[in-house]
Amino acid sequence: MFLLHPSSDLAKGRGVLGGYETTQGFFDEMVAAGDQTRPHFSKFRDLLSELAARDFDQRRLAVDLAFLRQGITFNVYGDAKGTERIFPFDLIPRIIPAKEWEHIEAGLTQRITALNLFLHDIYHDQKILKDGVIPPFYVLSGKHFRREFAGFHVPKDIYIHICGSDLIRDADGNYLVLEDNGRCPSGVSYVLENRRAMKRTFPGMFEGIGVRPVEHYPQELLKMLQYIAPQGIADPTVVLLTPGAYNSAYFEHTYLARQMGIDIVEGRDLLVRDARVFMRTTKGLKPVHVIYRRLDDDFLDPTVFRRDSQLGVPGLINAYRSGNVSLANSLGTGIADDKVIYHFVPKMIKYYLDQEPILPNVPTYLASEDADRQYIVENLDKLVVKAANESGGYGMLMGPRASQKERDEFRAAILADPRNYIAQPMISLSTHPTRQDDGTFEGRHIDLRPFVLYGEKITIVPGGLTRVALRKGSLVVNSSQGGGSKDTWVLYGDE
Amino acid sequence: MLSRVANSLFWMSRYIERAENTARIVDTNLQLLLDFRNLDDSTLAEHWMPIVESTGDEEAFLAKYSRATGHAVTEFLVFDTENPNSIVRSVAEARENARMVRDQITVELWEELNRLYLWLRDAEARQLWEHSPTEFFANIKNSSLLLLGLIYATFVHDEGWQFMQAGKFIERADKITRIIDVRHATFPAKGAPANISQRDVLDWSAVLRSCSAWDAYKSAYGADVRPEWAVELLLFNEEFPRSVRFCIEKFDDALRAISGVRDRRFSNEAEKLSGRLLAELEYGSIDEVLAFGVHAYMDFLQGRFNDIGAELLNAYIFQPFVSLEEEILVQQEMQQQ
Repeated sequence: MFLLHPSSDLAKGRGVLGGYETTQGFFDEMVAAGDQTRPHFSKFRDLLSELAARDFDQRRLAVDLAFLRQGITFNVYGDAKGTERIFPFDLIPRIIPAKEWEHIEAGLTQRITALNLFLHDIYHDQKILKDGVIPPFYVLSGKHFRREFAGFHVPKDIYIHICGSDLIRDADGNYLVLEDNGRCPSGVSYVLENRRAMKRTFPGMFEGIGVRPVEHYPQELLKMLQYIAPQGIADPTVVLLTPGAYNSAYFEHTYLARQMGIDIVEGRDLLVRDARVFMRTTKGLKPVHVIYRRLDDDFLDPTVFRRDSQLGVPGLINAYRSGNVSLANSLGTGIADDKVIYHFVPKMIKYYLDQEPILPNVPTYLASEDADRQYIVENLDKLVVKAANESGGYGMLMGPRASQKERDEFRAAILADPRNYIAQPMISLSTHPTRQDDGTFEGRHIDLRPFVLYGEKITIVPGGLTRVALRKGSLVVNSSQGGGSKDTWVLYGDE
Repeated sequence: MLSRVANSLFWMSRYIERAENTARIVDTNLQLLLDFRNLDDSTLAEHWMPIVESTGDEEAFLAKYSRATGHAVTEFLVFDTENPNSIVRSVAEARENARMVRDQITVELWEELNRLYLWLRDAEARQLWEHSPTEFFANIKNSSLLLLGLIYATFVHDEGWQFMQAGKFIERADKITRIIDVRHATFPAKGAPANISQRDVLDWSAVLRSCSAWDAYKSAYGADVRPEWAVELLLFNEEFPRSVRFCIEKFDDALRAISGVRDRRFSNEAEKLSGRLLAELEYGSIDEVLAFGVHAYMDFLQGRFNDIGAELLNAYIFQPFVSLEEEILVQQEMQQQ
């Protein structure tokens, strides 16, 4: 038994979410100006207000315990004890009305189309560079630009098959793209598991509110992977290549492989002979045609990239070049994740599609540009600085919160290697009611990572991973930095 | 099935069985001590040291603990994370192997194994062990039996399942010989014991209980506990699921189900050795074992189990692996041609 915290809503005599107050200056997902509940949130709020806080807390504890039992955990890097943690889960879902989702869907479709055209272009004719839309220097100097793949023809001309762009909302509620993840975006298993947990916890709500399902993601993923198989293979063997059980996303790898009914392999399970890939089975070698790889380019093949990689498969790239095996995502997509290249995505959309971007970027300053650099180093206390090729909240400076020493270190780093840095103004991420340890609900900052699949057609499962910064005032939502997650409900209607 | 997956399933199953058997040995011997009076250090060491020796880890034990008391031995066999065969380590290894093949095992099995692992790491487990060792060990045994039941009832009985069967039965056969070996001092180097003391009767009753063989023994031999009959039951009984013969028969069945080769034929060394050992157990007798010497015979069996285990890995698991460095050279040569 647990005792009620004196400040909890029940103790104050209100139902769950009863005493919720918004924070000035931020867009709140549940409450509009004038303390009005937004229309798409009101059904949920009404249903929840009938629930006693004690009941709510019991359900919450049951969910946490279930996650721990099921081993739905991530591994913490740099922790010698091999600690596994559950990704904290908040029971108040993020709710997106149909109209907003249509807008997001159109924007993401436009974006992944442009990114794929861009990748095809820079690995072939490089028109966008020749036409001066993007200065060639930025592409050619990209850490993840694979010049050795120039002229190489990828199956069906698709480079990014799985994209996980991060979206945020500014103070006016506009959706903006914060970054594109076109290499090995992770988190989709939480989308599926969070939904399962919510269905167990609030079984009655889904039908009444009208929430669109997400459960078909694994089938869509498998369909896409089969679609990109090398030509002439009628019934392709698809595998998921994982770095192994110690990778932080290992749970997700096994989860997806199981849901798709495909084998999960490590590098040592695969063998290349005559430029064909095989897996070692108890009955001998079996051919492999499509690899959903959850391993970065650098580790794929020690004969081509990092020689010290123990995770890869010698000869894999040769088999890929020979067209005998397909990779998802394709090789060389990392250049699109480069935060400097990100800056140019609106220009790509204009250039290739002759359209205005539906989802705008966050304003970005490039340290390589003289004027921008000048502005960045003079305004470090107002800006967020990011290294061009880091992710997971690493290599980042939150200017206004940083110490003078941290700012000085970043200033030196920026001046020494300007190509590797960008800066953005602090964006006031939207807030969302989130349960606190004392049982009350307060607004916490959130973002959204939808998962886009590009196969025969572009498919976006309605919803995505909503991450929430659990610490008060924090804007960092990454799981490695104290973030949690929420289920994301896309509604059939607008109320 | 991927070779690596087969390997993990085999070891997961072995480690589950290992944890259960260790729990059985420690539990019955703790209970046995309740029957003795006036225990001094040397009597205690006489009781506990053979148990440590039977696991083959006596050097590691002596390096760490000065005296073989019940507390030291149970600590070593149950909670010691430096002892690779302790219960805590066995469960952790089983879980680690399960984790490597999360996509291949059922949710029910994973959740129970994960629960056991989390519980053993929790302070609650240690408290229970201190307050009521019997309940603590019952918890582990029950969990292991639940896991075995889940493997039987929730898995497709396919190739992977046969690898788990193989792992379970070879481990159980090995542990039976080690449990017998704990009290081999009852026997002279060769032959049957001349006279049997009250102490011997208690010791061998404990051996039978460790193997859940008490009832089976009673119905086959009556109330009179004779060490050579106990050994006979544990080695040769056709129908008792914790006899070495029974285990090797099931192990042999699993090997044949994997390869599809019929009885009395073989397609690899593991099947040949296993078939040969099975014949030895089917046609052997307790008199021959006594003439050979009980301790020597246990050694012989354990040697056989090791050989079979190694050949099994050779046949299905290690065969196609080469070193990464070699493979890089192979690829470079192929690409230059």
